[in-house]
Parts: sequence; C-alpha cells; structure tokens
Amino acid sequence: MTLDAVSGRDMSAFLRPLDHGRRGLDLLVTGARCAGCISKIERELSAMPGVEAARLNLSTGRLAVTLAGREAQAGRVVAAVERLGYGVTPFDPAAGRKQVDREGRRLLIALGVAGFGAMNAMMFSVPLWAGLFGQELGPATRSLMMWLSAIVGAPCALFAGMTFFQSAWRSLKAGRANMDVPISIGVILTLVISFIESFLGGRDAYFDAAVSLLFLLLIGRYLDHVLRARARGAAGDLLALQARAAQRLNADGQEATIPVSDIVPGDLLRVRPGERIPVDAVVMEGRSTLDASLLTGESAPQALVEGDLCRAGAVNLTGLLTLRAEARSEDSALAAIARLVEAGTQSRSAYVRWADKAAAIYVPVVHSLAAATFLGGLAFGLGPREALIRAAALLIITCPCALGLAVPAVLVAASGRLFRNGVLVKSGAALERLAQVDHVVFDKTGVLTEGRPGLVGGHAMLAQAAPLARASSHPLAKALARAAGPGVIAASAVETAGQGVSGLVDGRPARLGRATFVGAPEADHAETELWFGFDDGPKTRFVFSDVIRPDAAATVAALKAMGLPVEMLSGDREGPVRRIAAEAGIDQFRAGQTPQDKAAVIDRLKAEGRRVLMVGDGLNDAAALARAHAAIAPGTALEASQNAADLVLTGEALFPVVDAVRTARSARGRVRENFGFAAVYNLFAAPAAMLGLVNPFIAAIAMSVSSLMVTLNALRLWMRR
Amino acid sequence: MNIIVLLAPISLALGIAAVAAFLWSLKAGQYEDMRGAAERVLMDDADDAPPPPRA
Repeated sequence: MTLDAVSGRDMSAFLRPLDHGRRGLDLLVTGARCAGCISKIERELSAMPGVEAARLNLSTGRLAVTLAGREAQAGRVVAAVERLGYGVTPFDPAAGRKQVDREGRRLLIALGVAGFGAMNAMMFSVPLWAGLFGQELGPATRSLMMWLSAIVGAPCALFAGMTFFQSAWRSLKAGRANMDVPISIGVILTLVISFIESFLGGRDAYFDAAVSLLFLLLIGRYLDHVLRARARGAAGDLLALQARAAQRLNADGQEATIPVSDIVPGDLLRVRPGERIPVDAVVMEGRSTLDASLLTGESAPQALVEGDLCRAGAVNLTGLLTLRAEARSEDSALAAIARLVEAGTQSRSAYVRWADKAAAIYVPVVHSLAAATFLGGLAFGLGPREALIRAAALLIITCPCALGLAVPAVLVAASGRLFRNGVLVKSGAALERLAQVDHVVFDKTGVLTEGRPGLVGGHAMLAQAAPLARASSHPLAKALARAAGPGVIAASAVETAGQGVSGLVDGRPARLGRATFVGAPEADHAETELWFGFDDGPKTRFVFSDVIRPDAAATVAALKAMGLPVEMLSGDREGPVRRIAAEAGIDQFRAGQTPQDKAAVIDRLKAEGRRVLMVGDGLNDAAALARAHAAIAPGTALEASQNAADLVLTGEALFPVVDAVRTARSARGRVRENFGFAAVYNLFAAPAAMLGLVNPFIAAIAMSVSSLMVTLNALRLWMRR
Repeated sequence: MNIIVLLAPISLALGIAAVAAFLWSLKAGQYEDMRGAAERVLMDDADDAPPPPRA
C-alpha cells in the first residue's frame, strides 16, 4: 500500500465529536517504547496543520489526537505516524472511547481512605498498647485515646468496607455465603463491641484492627482487579490490531475507511494483498489467492477468480480484489463458530476457583468456632460482655487477611511474569486450570507452523530480488525480505497493486511479482510463487510454503519432558501434517479434522478423565479451545479463537507455552504454601483468641505479619528468572 | 498533657491533607500512564501535565 493511498483514505468514520467543533481521533500505536518515540510522534503531529494536540499513552499504546478546523485530515495523521515507522490502527469510536475504570478507581479511593484510617487510628492506639507494659495511663487519657481512635477508625472502616458489605449482602440474598460474609460480620461486630467498650470505659478497643484488616484485604482486592483490567485492556488491543476497518468503494469511485460493523450487503469493498476479508463476500473484480488456513486449517492457498465466494477471516494473499458484501459482519461465517464457542465456555464455568474452595471450608469452620466461643464463654460463666469480646477477637484475628491476599498476590505475580515473557493471561482462573493440565493438543497451521508463507525454493537470486521485496508490503514479498535479512531498498520502486513491484536494482530495471508482470511464461503451479527478473535477463521463480516455527520442536520436547503427552489435530491434508509432525517430534496426529471432529476428540479425552490444554488459532479450533480445560491462542489468531482461549501469546515464539505451564504449576505451589501457612497461623491464633489471650496489640501484629509473609512468598514467583 | 489537645488535631489534619492529595492526583489522571511518565522525564521539552480526564 503506498503512502498516497493511505493519506487519501477517508477516516471520518473514526472521528469522535468534541466541544467547540473539534474532533478527537483515537489510534492504537505499536512499536513505541521510549521517550524518543513519544517526542518524535507528538512533535511531528503537533506541527501538522489542524492538529491541536497529540498525546501518547505509553502504557496502553493509545494516541489521542485532537483535530480542529476543516483542513485537518485524519488520514494524514495516520499516514504521518506510519511514515515514522510505527504500526497504527484507528479505534472504532464506540470501542475506543476510553472506558473509565470505575471499579478500579473506587477500590483505589477505598484503599487510600483505609490506609489513612489504619495509620491514624493506630497512632492513637499506641498509647493504649504502651499502657499494656505497665506504665498505666490515667483513665481520662485512656478514654480520650479510645474516642479519638473511634472518631478516625469507625468512619474510615464503614467507608472502606462498603465493597465487602455490598458483596456480602448480595451473596446472602442469593442464599450463599462467600468470603465477604465473615469479613463483614467480623468488622461490624468489632466496631460495635469497640464502641460499647469505649462507652463503658473498658480495657480494649479494636478500631485500628478493623481498619487495618480492611486495608490489607483491599490490597488483595485491588491486585485482583488490576490483573483482570490489564488482561481485558491488552486483549482488546490485540483485537483492535486485526481488521476492524474495511475500505468501501463509494458510488463516485472514492475509497472510504469504515468500521467493519457498518458494512451492509451489497457494499463494494476493496481488499488489498495482506488484508483480511472483512465479511462473507463475492469477488466482483480481480484474481488472487486466498489463505483460509485460519478457517479450515488447510495450508495450501486457494485460487480465487471473479464470481467466487470468499469467507470472512481469510487473508487475501496476492491480488487486489473488489468484493460485493453478502452478509453483515455479525451474520458472517465467524458468527456461527462464535455460538459453538459460547456453548463450550459454559461447560468450563463449572470450575471452582482456589479461593472459593478455601472459603467453602473456612467460612463454616470459623463461624461455628465463633459461636462456640460465645456459648462456651457463657457456659463457663464469663458473662456476655467478655464472651462477645472473645468471639469478636476470634473473627478478627482469623479473618482471612492471609487468605484474601494468598491467591491474588500469587496470580498477579505469575501473570506479570508471563506478560514479560510474551503471554497474556486473560483471567486468574485460567492460570489455576492451566496448572492442572495433563495432556496437550496442538493445532498445526499457525501454531506449530508460522501460519504465513516462508521461502522454501529459489534461493539463487535472493540477494538481487531482496531490494525490491523490501519496498513492498505484499505478504510474499515480506517473506522474501525476511529470508534475505536487512539490507538496501531498491531505488524508485513502484508497486502496482495486485501485480508486483518494479524498480532499479544495481542500476538495472527489474521486476518482482506475478509471472505475467515479470514477463515469465505463465504456468499453472500448485505452489504459491513469486517471479523475479531483470527486464533484460532470465527470470527466477521463488516458491513459498508454510514453514514450522523455529522453536516448535523444542517446545514439544520440553512439554514431553514435563510428562505431558502431546498430540496434533489438523484440518490439513495427510501429507503436510505428517511432515510437520515428524519435524516437531509428535508421534500422535490426526489429519483432515473438521471443527466438530476436533471438539469430539477433546470431549473423548475429557471423558477419559484427562485435563486437556488446547493450543490453536483458527476458527476450526475455536470450539475445541472452548471445550478444553485450558486453552492458549497465538496473537495472530482470529477474534473468536482469542475469545475462547484463556491465554494469548503476544510474540512470535511458541516456547512461552512451556513457560506458561511451568509458571502456572509453580503458582499452584505458592498458593498451596500460602494456604498451608494460613492454616498453621489459624491453628495458633484461633485457640489464643478463644482463651482470651488476644488483645488489640497482638491482633495488629499478627495480622500484619501474616499478610507480609504471604505477599513475600508470592513475590518469589516474580523474582525467579 | 494539654499539648495532646493541640497535637491530635494537627496530626489528623495532616493525614486528611495526605488523603486529599492522593484523591486529587488520582482524579487528575496521574496514574493513567505510569510508563510514559517515567520516560517523559527524559525529554528536554517535557510537558508534564497529564491529559485532562475524560468522562
């Protein structure tokens, strides 16, 4: 695609109206890494006429541009960023409008208030604790300190605890008891008792304990939220990178860029080489080959002529196509698979998460212990006041600070570590399920193989053809340029859409492209090919085919070494499947599998009691991905497959699959240690509280130390290389 | 002992000021782009102001 074509594109569909007649444009920029990138992009855009402001968010990769005046052309902004060498995709205004993270902000505010409350209430508690060591306070000062602690602690606890109270209330209304129920009861009971004690001039008040308990729990809650928000945001960005925009040919012959969802049947669409077919459509003009490997698993490209139907999701490989849309995007072939996915995902929701398993044991045990403490205290003649204080002390000191932090801290550390290694974890439950996997199933095309053409024949003239290949954005030319490595670009290169590139190589005119364009005899070859020749010289043929990923064999070997049987299911023909299986070192494979066959294989393995990890990218894998116990998709996978998968690989390599399984297993180990630690802690804390040995000072120390231990243990996962 | 009557409100006021500062920075969008902020400090003509929060 030439730059002129880009700047001529009409981007008005992606503009968002702002006040005073200004308009906003949201772009997703890839490749920006440092301060240099920020200033280069922002300075270049700010200097353009009509651009009022440009601000790049480096964390999310989103570039917000404010345009003013008529002369401002959004297409020129996009072209300018592309010219600087960054990948850029416009956001659909509906999807791009930044979702303000309300939940996260609410948790942060609660965390801030709880932090303030914990520190300041504790400040007034220190004199009370000091009184424990013999230097008795006067009753008036003691009472003053208690009330000061109450004035700070109680409102903060009520405000910061709202998240837990609401969740507990919702869960009680639904007839269940989640972890928030004992937390809420513990906090409210503690506040009430502390008020009574302060009023009666009693010995202990637990205001600081109630707030610091909430503070520690909110840290866990916030970590959990950050994990989910980060995964959601990154997954959205990956999808935005795929073809969500299409080029529509208007009646006047002008091309306009529109969101895929705006296409109606009958629209004429222009699809360039390397672009994805946006909806099911019929070819009106142009000849090309189509890579439908994501849809069917077949690696050989299909030839396409006028009148042929092409399915949404396939990639146009060679020629410029004009298509007539046959369906809306939501009615296209993709949608049918999406329904299969939904059915499969529901079967997975039966999974019970670690934290909920722990809560199922913890909640009834602690509540009956607290009730037993109160009743037992009455029976042994302690009196209702002392019995109630002991019951509340039990609830507070056994309250699951450690439990509430144990799982989120480990999962955040594990997913942060995986994110650095090129794996995006979509949910914490995904890591938990991944740890249990005992069988691995791979798809072939796009997973074990690169899923894009690689040069396999015709290396002789590579060095001469490479300068022309580097000047083109065509997928085959890119494959050629990759094979040749970096180098010079041909002078005065001109790309003819759907035909090839011509230009000067070593000062001689040369052409790279279709046989007819280069001037070679046209013959019907089964392979994907590209011709090259100097205008006055002999012509060479380059042959391409799907090649195995460089780290596929190492990945399979590592998984086998971990004791996981590896199997391959492919929709492709027997020949290529057998070849790739041999190269990757997989003994068990099936060829010619339909999407239903793949899902059936997963179901059969499940019936045998195996927990299957499915790694796949295509639409033909989506149903199998959704059914498997855990699922991984490469970042190049289609939207439906990424939705069905738990983890998405963000880089080119396949080996992160092994890292993911290893990290998930060690995360499970850390969680077990944390649970074990919490159990031991409660084994000592609970009897101490029942015997009345716990005072506010001991409660404060015990809670902080146990939470710190659990967090440090989780961080071991983050530190380890 | 009377000093407590003076010191306790002062300490509370300081604490409340810290919470207010935190809430303000949150609202002003200072936590929207942590990586960008770390890099922008290296730019010569850095514009420190975060973007206006959008509803």
